[in-house]
Amino acid sequence: MSATAQLAERPSKQPPKSRHRTSFNEGTGRLAAILLSPTLLVLALVVVYPIISALRESLYTSGQQIDEEGFVVEGSQFVGLDNYTAIFSGETGERFWNAFYNTTFFTVTMVVLETILGVAMALVMHKAFKGRAIVRASILVPWAIPTVVSALLWKWIFQADGAANALLGTQILWSTEGWQSVLSVIIADTWKTAPFIGLLTLAGLQTIPDEVYEAAKVDGANAWQQFLRITLPLVKPALLVAVLFRILDTLRIFDLPFVLVGANKDSVETLSMLAYDEASNTRYGPAAAYATILFLYVAVVAYVFVKLLGADILGDAVKRKPNGRRRRKDKDAAPPGANTVAMAGSTHGGGSVA
Amino acid sequence: MRFERSHTRRAAFVAVASSLALLATACGGDDGSGGGDGGSTGGGALEGRGPITFATGKDTSGNLTNQVAAWNAQHPDEKVEIKELPESADGQRQQMVQNAQAKSDAFSVLNLDVVWTAEFAANRWVTPLPEDQFPDLGKLLPSTVDTGKYRDKLYAVPVTSDGGLLYYRKDLLDKAGVQPPKTWEEMVAACQKVKALPEGKTIGCYSGQFEKYEGLTVNFSEAINGAGGVVVGDDGKPNVDTPEALAGLTALAEGFKSGFIPKAAITYKEEEGRRAFQEGNLLFHRNWPYVYALAGKTDGSSKIAGKFAVAPLPGLKGAGVSTLGGHNYAISEFAKNKATAADFIKFMSSEERQKANIEKTSQAPTWASLYDDPALNKQFPYLAPLKASIESAKSRPKVVKYGDVTTAIQEAAYGALSGTTPPKDALSQLQTKLSSLITQ
Repeated sequence: MSATAQLAERPSKQPPKSRHRTSFNEGTGRLAAILLSPTLLVLALVVVYPIISALRESLYTSGQQIDEEGFVVEGSQFVGLDNYTAIFSGETGERFWNAFYNTTFFTVTMVVLETILGVAMALVMHKAFKGRAIVRASILVPWAIPTVVSALLWKWIFQADGAANALLGTQILWSTEGWQSVLSVIIADTWKTAPFIGLLTLAGLQTIPDEVYEAAKVDGANAWQQFLRITLPLVKPALLVAVLFRILDTLRIFDLPFVLVGANKDSVETLSMLAYDEASNTRYGPAAAYATILFLYVAVVAYVFVKLLGADILGDAVKRKPNGRRRRKDKDAAPPGANTVAMAGSTHGGGSVA
Repeated sequence: MRFERSHTRRAAFVAVASSLALLATACGGDDGSGGGDGGSTGGGALEGRGPITFATGKDTSGNLTNQVAAWNAQHPDEKVEIKELPESADGQRQQMVQNAQAKSDAFSVLNLDVVWTAEFAANRWVTPLPEDQFPDLGKLLPSTVDTGKYRDKLYAVPVTSDGGLLYYRKDLLDKAGVQPPKTWEEMVAACQKVKALPEGKTIGCYSGQFEKYEGLTVNFSEAINGAGGVVVGDDGKPNVDTPEALAGLTALAEGFKSGFIPKAAITYKEEEGRRAFQEGNLLFHRNWPYVYALAGKTDGSSKIAGKFAVAPLPGLKGAGVSTLGGHNYAISEFAKNKATAADFIKFMSSEERQKANIEKTSQAPTWASLYDDPALNKQFPYLAPLKASIESAKSRPKVVKYGDVTTAIQEAAYGALSGTTPPKDALSQLQTKLSSLITQ
């Protein structure tokens, strides 16, 4: 990134334009290529190769037939799109649509809840008051806990003689099939990930200059109007990044329902759990097919989200940085928050891809 | 700006091209070594001596290192290295399957759960064992030896076993003046009598493991077998849509409906049930022998220390049938030094080693003679009922697709116990499902 910035600035120092710049750029380009190739090689090994081999795997099946003597027939056969069509037919189809519905339902409800709570948390954290550091730190604790650990923690709370039932004074069997298990997953996930949205939103909030609010006050805007007209629009880029990451995360949710409620529970079974189930029964072809469908679903949702709401994830990072520098040079204004947000976003994005 | 972009594109092209070239070389090297490995494995006879590895689940007892150290002291040239796999059974199986699919010789001896034998044997992941090389098999409990066989061929040797026991509150039964029950009906009657006592008013009657997981398959099978039914018959065909099976499953479902089994039991695995029993909330509890030591602890963790005893599982109208647990040792098809591996298995399954093991860990042995050992009986008073339990125990279905079969069983049983499917429908659906899964 700093290389681009340098490139952008240098030409202005050198008036003789075309020829000199060409040779300079070509040299740098080759150097950049050489320097980048290990990175691209690693990316090809850990991203491109697995994706392609998963796609290939989804067209094969193996080890599903038993011969006369009771041995599994060896070798894998090419079955074309059979693994995909099998997913949508008969009992498997019912299971798939159920999991598809669960995945979508979880994503919509959780992300909406987390966004509302997260923004509220950010507003609280943004306020200047005594002990703000402690509040910020404690709000972030759930996000810091590994999902499996927090799932176990909630499993403990939601067990038959656990804290939840003791508080409510009833005996709800949370981990059985039904609305209660869905609710327990939603509660646990919201608890864990609302702080993430809160963190990113807070980063966005801190970039809004106070003068804007002062001006609004002079104009007679009340708190609600300020929130709607100033806070929300200005925090939107940061918030959209956070929401997008949460959507992508929730679409492939696996560990929370798996640990909290358990495997093979229709009420909370998600697409990732189906893929896992197939793979653990050594049906790698169908498992890869499930994973591919989930991959496409996630890709489509992300694309639609970005197109509809204009969450400019990568563009933001590249475009705004030079702008920001220039502006800082021109005026002595505070640097816009785009940098912070884009950095927080890309760090997390890296983690979520892996 | 435009110029800059084109230069970026060219740079990207160069980078990708050079990466691909590197990638190709890397892959080439990989393939070569893979091919070499494939050629050297194979064989099948139990040949070769030298150091081997032993893949086993996490050793929670801490005694495994002692056992292996005893071997290593006697065989300095054929040392055994323990490869500890995850604690959960699923995790262990996954690693062993992956190892087998890579045809790796990293694991020589595999510590298999009894239900995995069919899958590993049918996939040729484990070596068939000549029975004449294991002369002690006849002295082991026959039901345990059976778990090591697939289609009447031996693939694994049983080293530990496990059977279900009925834990009961001896103090309350004595007070109510009833004998430990031998049948389900006696158990229901006994509970009613205890409930009439002032101290038995709030106690739950019975629980096993009814959460939707492997334990439910175990408990379902026990209910079916204890009522005279079968899940998979001796001919290898599923046969659950029978009056006997229906009677067994109905008893459990009715138990939930009438409150004989507390509602919360639908969420119980081994540990939840054990806690409820230890808290004094259950009169009868079906669990494995490991509970005996924990429930008898006098450090305050158990409220019923000294107040409970064990009996063989009750059946619906007669003696019960336990589902067999335990672990078998097998040799990986892709291992080197199979002769050493076979000797190691013989060593670990020997009477001497098993005795040393039960003394330290209370894991159930497979040698019949050990259950009659007076000293051991003194240390573990549950050995006599446990022997009865294991002797009459049945293994879970020996099928290649065990993972799918157990999921189907759990689905049917869970539906029936939670009251969403009538037992009859659950069983007929299960029969259809199992018939399509078990095509042998």
